[in-house]
Amino acid sequence: MKKDFDILVVGAGPAGIAAAIAAAENGLRVGVVDDSPSPGGQIWRRGTQPPTAARRWNDRFEAAAVVRMMGWRVIDCLRLTPEGGILRAECNTPGVQPADLHFRHLILATGARERFLPFPGWTLPNVMGAGGLDAMVRGGLPIEGKRVVIAGTGPLLLAVAAQLTAHGASVVAICEQASLAQMAPLALALLRQPGKLLQGAKYRWATRKTPFFTRCWPAAALAEPNPGPGSENEPQPRLQAVTLHREGKQWTVACDYLACGFHLVPNTELASLLGSRIQDGFVVTDQQMRTSIPAVWCAGEPTGIGGVDASLLEGRIAGLSAAGKTEAARALSKRRPGMQAFARALERACRLDPRLRELADDQTIVCRCEDVRMAALRGRSGWRDAKLHTRCGMGPCQGRVCGGAAEFLFGWSAGHAHPPLYPARVSSLMEEAEEEAMAASSSHPAIEPE
Amino acid sequence: MTGNHDVIVIGAGIVGAACARACAARGLQTLVVDAAGVGGGATAAGMGHIVAMDDSPAQLALTRRSQQLWSAIAAELPTEVEFERRGTLWVAADEEEMQEVLRKQTVYAAAGLETEVLDARSLAEAEPNLRPGLAGALRVPSDAVLYPPAAASFLLRQAMDLDAKLLAPQRVVAAANGQVSLDDGSRLYARRIVNACGAEATRFLPELPIRKRRGHLLITDRYPGFVHHQLVELGYLKSAHSVAADSTAFNVQPRQTGQILIGSSREFDAEDSTINHALLGAMLRRAESYLPGIGRLRAIRVWTGFRAATPDKLPLIGPWPEDASLCLATGHEGLGITTSLATGELVAAEIAGVRPEIAAEPYLPARFGDGIRTDSESMLFGEAAYD
Ligand SMILES: Cc1cc2nc3c(=O)[nH]c(=O)nc-3n(C[C@H](O)[C@H](O)[C@H](O)COP(=O)(O)OP(=O)(O)OC[C@H]3O[C@@H](n4cnc5c(N)ncnc54)[C@H](O)[C@@H]3O)c2cc1C
Ligand SMILES: Cc1cc2nc3c(=O)[nH]c(=O)nc-3n(C[C@H](O)[C@H](O)[C@H](O)COP(=O)(O)OP(=O)(O)OC[C@H]3O[C@@H](n4cnc5c(N)ncnc54)[C@H](O)[C@@H]3O)c2cc1C
Repeated sequence: MKKDFDILVVGAGPAGIAAAIAAAENGLRVGVVDDSPSPGGQIWRRGTQPPTAARRWNDRFEAAAVVRMMGWRVIDCLRLTPEGGILRAECNTPGVQPADLHFRHLILATGARERFLPFPGWTLPNVMGAGGLDAMVRGGLPIEGKRVVIAGTGPLLLAVAAQLTAHGASVVAICEQASLAQMAPLALALLRQPGKLLQGAKYRWATRKTPFFTRCWPAAALAEPNPGPGSENEPQPRLQAVTLHREGKQWTVACDYLACGFHLVPNTELASLLGSRIQDGFVVTDQQMRTSIPAVWCAGEPTGIGGVDASLLEGRIAGLSAAGKTEAARALSKRRPGMQAFARALERACRLDPRLRELADDQTIVCRCEDVRMAALRGRSGWRDAKLHTRCGMGPCQGRVCGGAAEFLFGWSAGHAHPPLYPARVSSLMEEAEEEAMAASSSHPAIEPE
Repeated sequence: MTGNHDVIVIGAGIVGAACARACAARGLQTLVVDAAGVGGGATAAGMGHIVAMDDSPAQLALTRRSQQLWSAIAAELPTEVEFERRGTLWVAADEEEMQEVLRKQTVYAAAGLETEVLDARSLAEAEPNLRPGLAGALRVPSDAVLYPPAAASFLLRQAMDLDAKLLAPQRVVAAANGQVSLDDGSRLYARRIVNACGAEATRFLPELPIRKRRGHLLITDRYPGFVHHQLVELGYLKSAHSVAADSTAFNVQPRQTGQILIGSSREFDAEDSTINHALLGAMLRRAESYLPGIGRLRAIRVWTGFRAATPDKLPLIGPWPEDASLCLATGHEGLGITTSLATGELVAAEIAGVRPEIAAEPYLPARFGDGIRTDSESMLFGEAAYD
């Protein structure tokens, strides 16, 4: 299947939605592709009661003349020139042929994922990402009456705690690895964004009965004693408790779930595959959100972790700029410095304590796909060397999980991305791109929302 | 490390590692220098099929000798080398290709290699996922599969146990007359210098008759039992590719992890590591024409690597006619994993001045004459070779 767009947006989170609306309102043929079944990205998706702002954006997105391809995943780039290119996408529904998405301009709004850090027991069932557990609960996982420990860093912890509490979970502890002093500048930055501050206050109010520890992290997740042979129903050891560490003291808390999130890692794989410049882990853009590659823009978390408002703003700038509304884009970009100050404060607040590097012992698994333990990684000279000689990051997730950990533990930066961006059917890589007149689409934008 | 060495090996790919091991075993003071790490070049891109090949008698002699050397150390190889004697099935699509099976069997038998001819039915039993209607296959049970970077590491570790030293990462910018210049400005000296830089060997010896030949590979998620042998088509013989044309062949390998490695493609004059989607697609369709179920498997990664191709499909092993201190160990095209061990043996024998196990002449760089010319016009590269 072949689809032609003036502007193609990858990712339907806040950044992608804002970009698509801005571009479509200027009369261009816009397509949005996202691997989730519904738009909204990390924050708005599956929300039972999305905040008013989110509803407003969602409504505008629904109304916009945009071709939505939800449940499609971009797996490869077949061609890229200054005049445009072709991305190949695979449908999550089996049996559907892959699609070739032709574009003149491309906007990457691929968001971020949670960072995991290895500690003894982190691979036990029911130890999961904070955002991941949040999503599962919104998706129907029964959590009522379950005891949950939330650990990691950043504003996400409180948000998830509030959400789980609202669903009847008993959140027994929130453990923030940062110190209060480290977080203070963030509070100051928030003063300039009263909306966010209010939201934070609401979250804390919602979770006021839960102890909130700073400089605190999980030292180990503990399993029930192995049920032993004979109990076929439960061959896997289950999470029973977590040992927490704070300022030299350790204590153990019983729990059913341990939800961890050590801040976010930007999804830069597609940008890397296209060859766009990436610095310190983030996609480099100018004030108009143009990347180092002609025809490619980037907005939202891949350019810096700045929260939903920064993503929305960047999305609008990218959408306008890609649509040729340079003046409007420039006017909007004047508002970026404030957002970037918040992003910097957030980054400082979430900077990981170096002692977290000592959590994993020699036997702790770092790469879950390939069962690579910490001991095997010590002494390797870099990410590529570790991959080649230990298989770390070589499994189906291609380092999406362990790469963020290895970056923090050893200072290794991930290599260049290879296709497919996600595990894809071999058949999806078999067909050549359909070559048809791309030029025909450019001058007469025919709008055909799905 | 900056003192005098008997031998400096440039390149810590599988060939350099094997050369260092063999030299160290002869008591030569050996230093290995690599611009990156161990086994990160073509060695990290190759399939790791240890295969006997009979494109020419010299190729058969070299691959056969190497296979014996791999067998001799098989028991010592650590688990991460993933050495498995899987055997190869040379798949014949029709009766014409069955004739080739019989010819191959005769040639292999003369070289002391035991093989088995499978008819259509036994082929289908051996590999149920192959398409029906194939004519048969030649089974070469002694062929094996391994994981090349770990094998290179192991060979180098053995060399270092024999007092060889490794200098990495350190790029060599020039090597001549017993002197090796590094890009940090320092110099190293040795009686003999071994150029084991694979497809990069021409960087400081531009006159070498070597061209880069890019190949694509795809690895899937784990599907244990999907195939049992390394499966290779005999068809490439019939379709006799022209010198310049890009080509693909059905070549599929089961990894010890249960993953399936799918190859292979060949193209000249591609200098970067980007994916050629047209060629990748052709390669996968070729694989699907033999294994109809392969399209349903999940691919997790596609990559490319560079073979060092010579005009006569034989490597360059031995002294460089224009500089007595230089010894070449490159040009292994699609067989360097296999032939690394025999290459090391030949290089060490040359440097130690003893008679090698197999005749060295067919691989001597001098076979191309003294003033080797490399403009592509004068280089008659043969048709697609094997991986
Ligand atoms: C649980 C949770 C709670 C949060 N709470 C808050 C909060 O209270 N306040 C706040 O300011 N911020 C919050 N954040 C952060 C907020 O989600 C982000 O700032 C915002 O969503 C970023 O928007 P985005 O558009 O850049 O990325 P995302 O929302 O992550 O959207 C990116 C989208 O791209 C898709 N995608 C990526 N790659 C591909 C591909 N190759 N093919 C197809 N689709 C692809 C992804 O599936 C995703 O849907 C929270 C985050 C999480 C995880
Ligand atoms: C797709 C593909 C499939 C293959 N499949 C097989 C197979 O199944 N079986 C088989 O036997 N063979 C196979 N091969 C061939 C095999 O991979 C190569 O022949 C073999 O790896 C060559 O090893 P090498 O040590 O000569 O080169 P390399 O592994 O490339 O090592 C060269 C080393 O030299 C170093 N170097 C380069 N320049 C410098 C410098 N200036 N200074 C210092 N160091 C330098 C590099 O860093 C590198 O480590 C395949 C190849 C490809 C591309």
